[in-house]
Amino acid sequence: MFSDELKKYSWADTTAQIAAMTDADVRRALARTVLTDRDFMALISPAAEPYLEFMARRSRAITEQRFGKVVSMYIPMYITNSCTNSCVYCGFNRHNRLDRVVLTPEQIERECKAIKQLGPFENLLLVTGENPRIAGVEYIEQALKVCRPYFSNLSIEVMPLSADDYRRLTRAGLNGVTCFQETYNRERYKIYHPAGMKSKFEWRCDGFDRMGMAGVHKIGMGVLIGLEDWRTDVTMMARHLAYMRKKYWKTRYAVNFPRMRPSESGFQPNVVMSDRELAQLTFAFRLFDHDVDISYSTREDHRLRNNMATLGVTSMSAGSKTDPGGYAVYPSSLEQFAVSDRTSPCEVAADLRALGREPVWKDWDAVFDENSARAAVYCS
Amino acid sequence: MEKLIIGGREFSSRLFLGTGKFRSNAEMEQAVLASETEMVTVAMKRIDMANRNDDMLRHITHEGIQLLPNTSGARDAREAVFAAQLAREAFGTEFIKLEIHPDPRYLLPDPVETLKATEELARLGFVVLPYIQADPVLCKRLEEAGTAAVMPLAAPIGSNKGLVTRDLLRIIIAQSNVPVVVDAGLGAPSHAAEAMEMGADAVLVNTAIAVAGDSVRMAHAFAAATRAGREAFEAGLGAVSDCADASSPLTSFLL
Repeated sequence: MFSDELKKYSWADTTAQIAAMTDADVRRALARTVLTDRDFMALISPAAEPYLEFMARRSRAITEQRFGKVVSMYIPMYITNSCTNSCVYCGFNRHNRLDRVVLTPEQIERECKAIKQLGPFENLLLVTGENPRIAGVEYIEQALKVCRPYFSNLSIEVMPLSADDYRRLTRAGLNGVTCFQETYNRERYKIYHPAGMKSKFEWRCDGFDRMGMAGVHKIGMGVLIGLEDWRTDVTMMARHLAYMRKKYWKTRYAVNFPRMRPSESGFQPNVVMSDRELAQLTFAFRLFDHDVDISYSTREDHRLRNNMATLGVTSMSAGSKTDPGGYAVYPSSLEQFAVSDRTSPCEVAADLRALGREPVWKDWDAVFDENSARAAVYCS
Repeated sequence: MEKLIIGGREFSSRLFLGTGKFRSNAEMEQAVLASETEMVTVAMKRIDMANRNDDMLRHITHEGIQLLPNTSGARDAREAVFAAQLAREAFGTEFIKLEIHPDPRYLLPDPVETLKATEELARLGFVVLPYIQADPVLCKRLEEAGTAAVMPLAAPIGSNKGLVTRDLLRIIIAQSNVPVVVDAGLGAPSHAAEAMEMGADAVLVNTAIAVAGDSVRMAHAFAAATRAGREAFEAGLGAVSDCADASSPLTSFLL
């Protein structure tokens, strides 16, 4: 399990190593086609700042070669904000006074129809808070079944589950799981996540192994930028990704670098990452892992998303509502975080086309899902 | 030039095109037309098969161009066979490009599952074109299984590295009783020409055209190179030698 692997790496040493990177380290990293975690650390270090333009060009070339001139489109659907956690930075914190909503199957179907009116979305990300008692695996399974006829590809961003539960959901049409570790700083993790299941660092961290063991097709990882030193955190994530790739080699991977946005919680980020730094990180990640899907959500503003769309980013959300029922049922409820890019999906697609990128709505077919092939009567 | 025959269908062009990675469906269509190809692959996962007006499909469909649906996304024989059945219904063709790559990173084909699926699909009457490693023994096994052609890779997909597997491709071409289509990794028209000069029956190109600065002109360049390579092969290339032939024969005393 990765929580054991992580013990090999000292947070303080990693931080110090990144700070000590020199121009020679950066040049050595840029000369390689296969990068080590040490090379990655050089490329996200301040020493690599003078090479930003070069890294952008390299990142674009690799991305075009591996993914082509396309950007995959997806949309999130929040189905409940009910949560037993009290993450200090999150709008869904159980101590926040807000109307808690658990969408019914009928309401979820209304949301599906409303999303289909927004754009030809085929990739759907279902998002929940963490309340296993009233919105547990059964609830998520039911939601997947409701959404299945409307979308080709279903992913979830929910609490970490057991391997058996991931298997069960995969049989219900689940394709991908996104889960943010938030921070790999084991000691400080508890400060941000003081209560509920989410306070258990190992359970969350090893959730990725459980996804891998269950054969989840696509796994999305992320650290929340704004908690701890971002350079150290993303280095740990890069190591986690490399570990996952070797162990669960049939899985596709995605990474996200969500920068903390204002939310009802009023928590102020401990560290602020500039656009320039986010770009540097994106390029470095592309150079480190040529095939990982790099996703920019509507947390980021329109101008930045447009500019990064040809430089390494391979998937984008558009038209997102981060409140349950936000598309049709409760169009004015409370968001998990404030969306930054409110451009409509059609406009986002038009902008991508103008940039010479094809917005791809459908890049998966349910025919390849677990249940379809297994249920097939064609095969002997 | 000789016509190429696969699955009972005649092809004048020996350049097959992949349709992913283009900056727009319109540009992809222009590249397809410029290449004069008669066979294009199409990923089932990109097409809304229930929608007759699917934008990508609309740009691919042309008279005289054989659609070659691929099973990219399948990780084992069972999934691939199931996908092929749906492709046959949706696209109305027996042609299927069999792609089984459980590894989503390098997209390297699984030989064991590919052989199993080929056996099953051939039995079901499909014209099977399997994407495979440049493995001469596997090619013979696929022949026995009833494959319509073999599609060994020149280099990993999208790598543009050219004929990295050159020596193995030579063996495959020498031994094969079915058409050999060199697939994946061809990054420049010269690579396509070299494959054709070696005696490959056709080449399949995607990334090198799709991500070129001007994909339409690149498609045209690949078409020309493929034709030139084939023509040279049919014309009979001269032998390559490190030294000059002696002008005074040693055996002239033999009457």
